[in-house]
Amino acid sequence: MTDAQTSKPVTGTPLVKRGLAEMLKGGVIMDVVNVEQAKIAEDAGAVAVMALERVPADIRAQGGVSRMSDPDMIDSIISAVSIPVMAKARIGHFVEAQILQSLKVDYIDESEVLSPADYVNHINKWNFDVPFVCGATNLGEALRRITEGAAMIRSKGEAGTGDVSEAMKHIRTISGEIRALAAKSEDELYVAAKELQAPYELVREVAASGKLPVVMFVAGGVATPADAALMMQMGADGVFVGSGIFKSGDPAARAKAVVKATTFFNDPDVLAQVSRGLGEAMVGINVSDLPAPHRLADRGW
Amino acid sequence: MSLTVGVLALQGDFREHAATLHAIGVESIEVRRISELEKVSGLIIPGGESTVMQKLAVAYDLFEPIKNKIHNGFPVFGTCAGLIMLAEEILDGIPGQAGFGGLDVSVRRNAFGHQLDSFEADLEFAGVDGLVHAAFIRAPIVDRVGAGVEVLSKLDDGRIVGVRQNNALGISFHPEVAGETRIHELFVRQIKNA
Repeated sequence: MTDAQTSKPVTGTPLVKRGLAEMLKGGVIMDVVNVEQAKIAEDAGAVAVMALERVPADIRAQGGVSRMSDPDMIDSIISAVSIPVMAKARIGHFVEAQILQSLKVDYIDESEVLSPADYVNHINKWNFDVPFVCGATNLGEALRRITEGAAMIRSKGEAGTGDVSEAMKHIRTISGEIRALAAKSEDELYVAAKELQAPYELVREVAASGKLPVVMFVAGGVATPADAALMMQMGADGVFVGSGIFKSGDPAARAKAVVKATTFFNDPDVLAQVSRGLGEAMVGINVSDLPAPHRLADRGW
Repeated sequence: MSLTVGVLALQGDFREHAATLHAIGVESIEVRRISELEKVSGLIIPGGESTVMQKLAVAYDLFEPIKNKIHNGFPVFGTCAGLIMLAEEILDGIPGQAGFGGLDVSVRRNAFGHQLDSFEADLEFAGVDGLVHAAFIRAPIVDRVGAGVEVLSKLDDGRIVGVRQNNALGISFHPEVAGETRIHELFVRQIKNA
């Protein structure tokens, strides 16, 4: 913490880590694979970009082990845009995270979209000055990630599908569990913590405030302005769009439309207007057609 | 006198500003439309991404009305991205970036570098007793101040992080995420005296 006597500046505190996510609220974070896409995203009004070599739809199509992106590619995107740049590390791969911190990315996504490096432990994110965002499918998972130092949560959905049903399931689950927790008496919170497999102090904090202590975005399957607005009406603080933009017919127009839909999520007239003339949406895969081993949301524990 | 402060709610941490106003007993509404802008006695422009706020303000026909109001003496308070939006000149912006104006200053975006360089510090602030606890998050700084601009706060190294000119108050940092209410109180007094 800051020393009031000397007013010496302090970096890497939970407040500045969580604070950046607060500034991104109400915005759209877009996956980009090159400088051209990054510029399209910035021009469209993205609040941040996620630099990665393949969007989830391609990772899914091409298979194989998926890893952190090439530092050259990440550097080129950091130089190309003025908005924050995020990049992904594999679950548990703390050396990829060290490299990303050395590249001075603004946020690290410890992501199930890449192949996990550790099937037991996630990264100890308190060891880093750069903030982390982590995926979650339920409240217990979100609280475990926060305990490990995550400064932002994104509900996972099912990346690379263009099918919003899993994103819906996860945000409904997380917000439903928060409401259930808030309704419990103080006596019941000890068992609630046991059932959620999360620390009691954090469980008590969520029960008292009725919300997560960090910002929560939604990810995984958002492909249209209506999808983005749906997630916002469900209580998301903002939206990640991965394959949905650059796998569609007219990425620049769709990117702008998704940004506007995220701001005016409660105004059907605006949503109708921005949904017009966008060309083809990404083709998409129904999550129910995906065999269980190919579901990315099951990665992470 | 009952007083309602607007918080520009296109993007960013507008809820934290509303909560800070609530904490000091001041009513607020979120402003996304001209009809909402007409109801308020002053406007807070929150932290967020200045490039995004500009685009959304233009897209929703708020840009010119806010600009006109500010130039006609409407009380306005910008934090971080909000300071950028009030600067007459923006340095290190994207092509075509412009704000509402109101402060005859040059403001440099992301002046401290990457998120890794974001920090907390305690500062003196003119009109506030004691130190202000401030969170600087990918923060801008004021590089140049014009005549008639009052400097309210500086870092130890002399860089300017708080300014006021007539009706416009702008700061580089975020009192609203740090549990600091006194600068909002200052702005509310400014509205009452307007």
